[in-house]
Amino acid sequence: MSDWVEACAAGDIDEEDVMRFDHAGRTYAVYRSPDDEYFATDGLCSHEKVHLADGLVMDDIIECPKHNGRFNYKTGDARGAPVCVNLKTYPVKVDGGKVLIQVG
Amino acid sequence: MTAITSPALSGRDYSLTGRDAKRAVESGLAAAEWYHTEIPRKQMKELMQRSDQPAIRDTVIWLGALILGGAGGAWFWGTWWCVPFFFVYGTLYGSSTDSRWHECGHGTAFRTQWMNDVVYQIACFMIMRNPVTWRWSHTRHHTDTIIVGRDPEIAVMRPPDLVRLVLNFFGILDAWHAMTDMVRNAAGVISAAEKTFIPEQEQPKAIRAARIWLAIYVATIALAFYLHSWLPLMLVGLPRLYGAWHHVMTGLLQHGGLAENVIDHRLNSRTVYMNPVSRFVYWNMNYHVEHHMFPMVPYHALPKLHELIKHDLPAPTPSILAGYREMVPAFLRQLRNEDYFIKRELPPTAKPYREELHNDNPVAAAAE
Repeated sequence: MSDWVEACAAGDIDEEDVMRFDHAGRTYAVYRSPDDEYFATDGLCSHEKVHLADGLVMDDIIECPKHNGRFNYKTGDARGAPVCVNLKTYPVKVDGGKVLIQVG
Repeated sequence: MTAITSPALSGRDYSLTGRDAKRAVESGLAAAEWYHTEIPRKQMKELMQRSDQPAIRDTVIWLGALILGGAGGAWFWGTWWCVPFFFVYGTLYGSSTDSRWHECGHGTAFRTQWMNDVVYQIACFMIMRNPVTWRWSHTRHHTDTIIVGRDPEIAVMRPPDLVRLVLNFFGILDAWHAMTDMVRNAAGVISAAEKTFIPEQEQPKAIRAARIWLAIYVATIALAFYLHSWLPLMLVGLPRLYGAWHHVMTGLLQHGGLAENVIDHRLNSRTVYMNPVSRFVYWNMNYHVEHHMFPMVPYHALPKLHELIKHDLPAPTPSILAGYREMVPAFLRQLRNEDYFIKRELPPTAKPYREELHNDNPVAAAAE
């Protein structure tokens, strides 16, 4: 059984940006796309465990701040070296102005 | 600036599979958390923003000058008038490709990724760096910058091999190693050291690139024989030798003579103020502390980043000449004492960082 947990208020994240969210010993990255949709992935780069929330969001891409590895944050797909392993993604919904993530 | 000697690591093993590689992992120096100057997220986002315009402008100038230089050299081939043209062509071919390879490898030069990829492949060929091998070696260089046994891109190992350094101003040993590596890779062999940083699924790509390059060089040599002329090789291959001087001159300044085995780029990297021509050739990599601390900031934004964080960094070296005046005596001293290095002084406004992890911690200091 998976739980929906509140990550932040919808307005806490700028458009085309990302925010870190920690819950139950895990870290997540929560994204707001340029067209105002919300997404969530694992918070650490699959390459060397760097927080993606310090990286750069461009369209549907999150770029890792350490080695510039790129992922599609909507699908989790790794987009070439130095990242080879996809990110896990999580369902997200906005309810009452709050961003909720289905974790677990 | 203070000069430091430390007995902590005498007898270094720079091999990626050797004693110090194991020691770096055990001591926590490998894949460590490095110091970063704090920058508000809003400002950092502005600095990280990508744009095609600056790199398209610079690439048009670069390729235009390259074509004019090569055409002039070929036109005047056989006369002394070809020399200035080949000087320009060679410097753009054998030196500016170092920074183009580097920036496009990071994916920060252009916003459009295919533009980064195209310039990356061209620059890799000219600078003779396998596009797969060097992408991964540079990844490691950023993870473990100047960590002995971990960083595959330490340009000056202690004690410094000064003959090698001088020869590389003419690309001699670098090009020789690049050629032997290319032939080895083309034969399908990935070395043990390469295997430590190139994932298995990427290794066939390195082999394929080496085979394509080998075919180009064989065709160029065949054309030179057919024409009974050195000219084809003056245009393809040899510029990596006669044009290497600038990238070696600037590249040695990046980390030369500074600390090893620290996890603070302020202590092992050097920011140097340079003239506009060198900054064009070098694509602003003279802001090297800033680049290592924030590799996602594009080259054209590094001067802004420098202004923003310089209160937290050692004073920049004022010129290329000043850098060599500092670095060369350090190299000479390392011939007698390989534990000697230049300790960068942080300004009073700077934050210190985890000195307990610095194996090069000062145990004896003398003002320089």
